[in-house]
Amino acid sequence: MTIEERSNIDIIQEKDNNIIGEPYETVYQKPGTLIDVDMHYCPGCYHSLVHKLLMEIIEEMDIQEQTIGVAPVGCSVFAYDYMDIDMQQAAHGRAAAVATGIKRLLPDKYVFTYQGDGDLAAIGIAETIHAINRGENILIVFINNAVYGMTSGQMAPTTLTGMQTTTSPAGRDTNIHGHPIKISELVAPLPGAFYVTRQAVNNANGVRRTKKALQNAFNYQRLKKGTCLVEIVGNCPSNWKMTPIECTGFVEEQMMKTFPVGDIKLPKAEDLKNLKEA
Amino acid sequence: MTETKLMKGNEALAEAAILAGCDAYFGYPITPQSEVLEYLAREMPVRGGVVLQAESEVASINMVYGAAGAGFRAMTSSSSPGISLMQECISYMAGAELPCLVVNVNRAGPGLGTIQPGQGDYFQSVKGGGHGDYKLIVLAPSSVQEMADHVFLGFDLADKYRNPVLLLSDGAIGQMMEKVQFHAYQPPRVDKSSWATIGKPKTRSRNYITSLFIQPEQMEQHNQKLEAKFRLMRENEVRFEEMNTTDAEYLFVAYGLSARICQKAMDISRAKGIKVGLLRPITLFPYPSKRLAELAPQLKLVLSVELNSGQMVEDVRLAVNGKVPVEFYGRMGGMMPTPESIAEHLETLIKYHHDN
Ligand SMILES: Cc1ncc(C[n+]2csc(CCOP(=O)(O)OP(=O)(O)O)c2C)c(N)n1
Ligand code: SF4
Ligand SMILES: [Mg+2]
Repeated sequence: MTIEERSNIDIIQEKDNNIIGEPYETVYQKPGTLIDVDMHYCPGCYHSLVHKLLMEIIEEMDIQEQTIGVAPVGCSVFAYDYMDIDMQQAAHGRAAAVATGIKRLLPDKYVFTYQGDGDLAAIGIAETIHAINRGENILIVFINNAVYGMTSGQMAPTTLTGMQTTTSPAGRDTNIHGHPIKISELVAPLPGAFYVTRQAVNNANGVRRTKKALQNAFNYQRLKKGTCLVEIVGNCPSNWKMTPIECTGFVEEQMMKTFPVGDIKLPKAEDLKNLKEA
Repeated sequence: MTETKLMKGNEALAEAAILAGCDAYFGYPITPQSEVLEYLAREMPVRGGVVLQAESEVASINMVYGAAGAGFRAMTSSSSPGISLMQECISYMAGAELPCLVVNVNRAGPGLGTIQPGQGDYFQSVKGGGHGDYKLIVLAPSSVQEMADHVFLGFDLADKYRNPVLLLSDGAIGQMMEKVQFHAYQPPRVDKSSWATIGKPKTRSRNYITSLFIQPEQMEQHNQKLEAKFRLMRENEVRFEEMNTTDAEYLFVAYGLSARICQKAMDISRAKGIKVGLLRPITLFPYPSKRLAELAPQLKLVLSVELNSGQMVEDVRLAVNGKVPVEFYGRMGGMMPTPESIAEHLETLIKYHHDN
């Protein structure tokens, strides 16, 4: 950079500094529970968005001191670098068992897991189903991006039929690889499942609904009536080889065909009667 | 207050867990240790504490991880195949510096093997078992009394070093009935507030449990920190029992059940005028290598007796470092060597080494 160029920058900064004094109203900011550091997530990845929603809820409900999170292996294994709450990193797939261990000892705390689809639906499906079947009073946040993000785009049990991945280069062939597994539909019939919903964050309405679902799940945890599972249709711009904008379309047009959004199991009205007092 | 009871090894261990202030037990049935889960499933709900039958040993040990990470005294028990399943998480716990007690009531293998006692898990127990550079303190009880005592000791050592402790028993000691005494015990006060995840108050920064260090520099630093801890264990926690070593020219080295059989073999040989002693490692890691090295100059022959194909014998050889011949004798698959056969084997070896 030439001296001339540098002095130009100084001039611009000086101008900016003058503006700062003027009265602007803060209309939006990160929640205080989200640590203010650069995230390692790829640009446009929904992991960062969902992190923010979770931390907003924890701040709004003022439950930072009562909440313990569990992040197993997947792109979100570093969640504890961003979430300003006590957390445990778990082995790949074992979040529901780890959360069980925490919640059984600390029954009055809020305990949630944050798991990818490879983690929850492949290697950890036994822990997931059994935790739900026992009705562990935990929240499972399930980020389903239909691919193994962290290991660079291999086929997941949720990979869409025909979808190309590095381990299904010709597209997922159901004769060879089986069909994409629908975890929410699979676990909803279990009596231990209290609230099961699938949401998406590919547009503003979806983000609002997802936040509401997560809020509900945190509130329901006080009732100690069973497991809440909030599945969120994720994305993976890097391994889908799409721009973030293209991803929003793919979620809408492709992902939602196999993973339609909406509530899959709602609590019974009588179970919610005591929610205020709880 | 001391009470004497007649108990099975597994039950003594379970009772000790309650008396040691174990907050949570997670387990999965497998012979020959299911009595632990059964005993605790009956007693813990009444006497306080969490007990849960998990869907697998993988789940059990990960539940232990969660409970230990929240600062509680947690344990699991299993037998060989189940312990194999736990190895990944045991490695995570060592990496994340979480204290816990893992009990292996060793059966003979490999594979599904047999439900009969064995010591084939020696290597798995002391040389790693799971992936990466880590060590477990390994306690080897040789009586029902020690099944109980090692639970208290194990929990205390786990807390002291923030590291998993493995209690390596076997099917015979787990199943046999003997007298056992329980002494009054008060768990030491351990402040876990700087790391346990119980919810972050505004007054401190967040606690997180992790074994992930993605930067090589940080990973190596963490490894060095762990190594320093393992060094401390080597310096401070070696435990062993010695019999008839003062005048010994020959030495049996054996742990757990084998040590009990060797005691009888020693009597037989001594009656014939053979000056043999016994060294029984109580900790398999850290290993009583120093003591073996000290004894080496007075010895003509060391015989490692094990219920496997010869595993600990390697550590005996490392310890004496060529100063004295080290031989191995063992049976496998749940078969027990008789004291007579051990004494006889010793005599054959003495003759062989004398002639050569
Ligand atoms: C036992 C074990 N097997 C495999 C891996 C490698 N691994 C790390 S993350 C991952 C998949 C992650 O995919 P997902 O859970 O969908 O999370 P995402 O990265 O897509 O958010 C795998 C296979 C591991 N860490 N541990
Ligand atoms: S690899 Fe995919 S899931 Fe992982 S951070 Fe990047 S975009 Fe997100
Ligand atoms: Mg994924």
